Amino acid sequence: MSETVKRDRPWLMRTYSGHSSAKASNELYRMNLSKGQTGLSVAFDLPTQTGYDSDHPLARGEVGKVGVPIDHIGDMEALFDNIPLDQMNTSMTINATAPWLLALYVAVAERQGVDPSQLQGTTQNDVLKEYLSRGTYIYPPGPSVRLTTDLITYTVENIPKWNPTNICSYHLQEAGATPTQELAYALSTATAILDAVRDSGQVPAERFATVVGRISFFVNAGIRFVEETCKLRAFGAMWNKLAEERYGVSDEKQRRFRYGVQVNSLGLTESQPENNVQRIVLEMLAVTLSKNARARAIQLPAWNEALGLPRPWDQQWALRMQQVLALETDLLEYGDLLDGSPVVEAKVQELIAGAEAEIARVAEQGGMVQAIESGYVKRELVKSHTLRMRNIESGDLKIVGVNCYTQTAESPLTGGSDSGIMKVDVQAEREQIAALQAFRASRDQGGVDIALEDLRKAAANGDNIMHCSIACARAGVTTGEWSEVLREAFGEYRAPTGIDIAMAGQAGSAAMDEVREKVRQTGEELGRPLRLLIGKPGLDGHSNGAEQIAVKGRDAGFEIVYEGIRLTPSHIARAAQEEGVHLIGLSVLSGSHLELVEDIQAELKKIGATDVPLIIGGIIPEDDAQQLLSHGVQAVFTPKDVDMNVIMTNMVNIIRRTNGLEELA
Amino acid sequence: MKKPAHTLSPEQLAAAVQRGERAALAEALNLLDNRRPQSRAQAAEFLQKLQSNESSIRSHLIGMTGPPGAGKSTLTAALIDVWRQRGLRVGVLAVDPSSPVSGGALLGDRLRMKTSADDDGVFIRSLACRGEFGGLSAEVWPMSLVMLAAFDVVIIETVGVGQREIDISRMCDTTCFVAQPGSGDSVQFLKAGILEVPHVLVVNKEDMGAVARRTLSELGTALCRAHTDGNWEVPVLSASATAGTGIDALADALQEHRQVLAESGELQLRRWRYQAQWILKRLQDEFGSHGIARLGGEPALLHKLTEQNLSLFEQHETMRQNLLQPGDIHA
Repeated sequence: MSETVKRDRPWLMRTYSGHSSAKASNELYRMNLSKGQTGLSVAFDLPTQTGYDSDHPLARGEVGKVGVPIDHIGDMEALFDNIPLDQMNTSMTINATAPWLLALYVAVAERQGVDPSQLQGTTQNDVLKEYLSRGTYIYPPGPSVRLTTDLITYTVENIPKWNPTNICSYHLQEAGATPTQELAYALSTATAILDAVRDSGQVPAERFATVVGRISFFVNAGIRFVEETCKLRAFGAMWNKLAEERYGVSDEKQRRFRYGVQVNSLGLTESQPENNVQRIVLEMLAVTLSKNARARAIQLPAWNEALGLPRPWDQQWALRMQQVLALETDLLEYGDLLDGSPVVEAKVQELIAGAEAEIARVAEQGGMVQAIESGYVKRELVKSHTLRMRNIESGDLKIVGVNCYTQTAESPLTGGSDSGIMKVDVQAEREQIAALQAFRASRDQGGVDIALEDLRKAAANGDNIMHCSIACARAGVTTGEWSEVLREAFGEYRAPTGIDIAMAGQAGSAAMDEVREKVRQTGEELGRPLRLLIGKPGLDGHSNGAEQIAVKGRDAGFEIVYEGIRLTPSHIARAAQEEGVHLIGLSVLSGSHLELVEDIQAELKKIGATDVPLIIGGIIPEDDAQQLLSHGVQAVFTPKDVDMNVIMTNMVNIIRRTNGLEELA
Repeated sequence: MKKPAHTLSPEQLAAAVQRGERAALAEALNLLDNRRPQSRAQAAEFLQKLQSNESSIRSHLIGMTGPPGAGKSTLTAALIDVWRQRGLRVGVLAVDPSSPVSGGALLGDRLRMKTSADDDGVFIRSLACRGEFGGLSAEVWPMSLVMLAAFDVVIIETVGVGQREIDISRMCDTTCFVAQPGSGDSVQFLKAGILEVPHVLVVNKEDMGAVARRTLSELGTALCRAHTDGNWEVPVLSASATAGTGIDALADALQEHRQVLAESGELQLRRWRYQAQWILKRLQDEFGSHGIARLGGEPALLHKLTEQNLSLFEQHETMRQNLLQPGDIHA
């Protein structure tokens, strides 16, 4: 390599991480930084994301599972111990409680002696997509948009280098969105938020271009990497135009489409998981290849995400992929490689045309908030995802190692004593709860009460929520207390499930007809149609699997009872009894399957409904699956099980077995 | 330890239902849903035991209907809150459409969520209408008897618009129509006489403001041209399930209608009439219009069934046996 070649500065390299406790996560962060990671990406656990303290009943089994638990300023301080915040660029995947976590971050900066105006980083702060995917919303759309705008207007004035919101198309793709839908819904969301900021009157007109300039995006990149590159070029063109035409931003720099990326997790497979490495690398190309549409920050999933939680070594491998591309290859030595390509340009134009048509449909309904509330957007996503699943099932969409070339030699990667995944310390939850209770006992309750009262007033009278939230953080308020005050003020929301879609059946699918016949015949033999309750217990909001089983089950002739996410064990048990279902199917992706199944079985016993068989689907490691089966769970399904007809037949046979009928072939 | 509900005799099951035991209620509803001949026989016996105790006449059977999207579920949930505060126990039968292709259905979406899941005073069963033309499954009516035996207020919530409403008004003590602001459909249906006049009309989503007020006044006007039901003047109310306004007044109006029915003796008459209609429908399904003709034709049959005041299932069985005999019928 010639010494004179000028290379572009690499993007920010992060790893989405956090687990068990603030202290354990802090150690992990410092290790990752020492390995060359250039920014932090904090994963919070589900209680923190949905506004519950670690000792809340709904938090049981979830503390420290998918991220770090943060109950109060002490936890936040421990999380960034020995990490000077003025030198760090921190991305926080936090939405419903984003103002609170930013408040804690600001308060910790103060304690470190750092001027908060120097802070750099990102709060995801995009609640609208939580209603469509991921599910960590709390409040109804109206108040949620208000919290989002409060955070934006606060940082624009007080933390100018902060990215106050990361509009996410990432999770839309995970929920099934096509590239066109990703473009349309992300841009419609951005418009809804910016309109709300403008209409809030909190920002003077001459400062509004600055607000537009601070809006960033969080994008997904799937395996169809040519199309994905084009999608990102389309994003850039459309955002530039929108900022100029709708918001009158004259400075070209403030119209730039700035985005971070996590490449696709939806397409990662549990079968032959080593193949995920090449998938991840190709997906990374999609967001780096075109200089004019290159990501500002990248975080890569680990190869074994579909198996369970990644270990430090797995995360290191993901980081090294980025470093090899940025530092070893010559990618950063060139200008844009794709400018002037007629093939790329045609594809970009096609995507823009499709996205503009869909944006118009959303606008006709009054905008993104209304289209979410009516269930329209969710139904469109469920439809797209259902099509994807059908194509995988039929083999039209090839996934190597899953629906073709499935033969494999034994993998040395998953054979170790830990089965190739990370085990969270089961003591972590207990320790966190003990520490939280000690913290509560030691703080100045009078100061806490005053801070909460001010928060209550601000929520009611429309003052910006940030100032009093920072005061709450300093006073030692907890995550649950902050969220509860706002729950009382705003109420709680349940989003449409989107499963009430009308879709043509799979014409000519013999396998589907066979399943339908089995469902019908068994219903006939038992005297009434087969009924299935699909339950999502716990705080996990990843509902794609549950939705797909619901839609498929309906198509197969089951009567489906599905009431959405975040149900308590008692709720699920009682609903199963009231509805007279033949089978309960649970979906859990947060890793708290053992605790939740135990609780649900206890509830079923309490109400005398133990005769209803139970099955579960989710990211469930083999050891846990064996344990569940030995405790009476009838079947465990994991991402390996892609053939839904097989799943349905299994379900029918479990019902038959339970009711003393012979199983069908 | 209590016996599991599915090992109880029909008589024990009826007693357990009347005590409001949830496992028994669920089991009874499963039994009534079951089409196997031996289950049918058990169900008949069970209902007979249940009917011999007339406690259900103290309860109130309400039909909640209206176009999709009008907010029936949220309104029902808001009403449940009010009734629970008033110390009343509430049962709900929520009817959803099923797929004509697969027979499958998506049920109970969202209603239960808005009510307290751990409240023993609320019980919700969803039903698929399973292709029944009237929008209600044949099973709904006997199921409502089970619910009436255990709860103070029973709601049947149905989907559908226009004609499909007719069935529910032939089954419930009080029919409540939930109108969607800004949609002229309900007004048109009322004017055209397609929509049977409900006993209580409510425009939901009054928080929408002017649109809701306009719909309210249009419905009021349309209703003047429709007839009133006896001495009951149909109230046109305004409420918002999400804002929680107008719910108490709605609960009061429903209760008032029941009061008027009870005082005039109409309530008991109505229940007999529904029973007669249900038997007629069952016989029609099994024997066709020819069978009904052999029993003397619909009006005469209905009259006879209403007069006799026998147990429902005795009547049904007697008629069936008559029809299964060849030759002339002297019922």
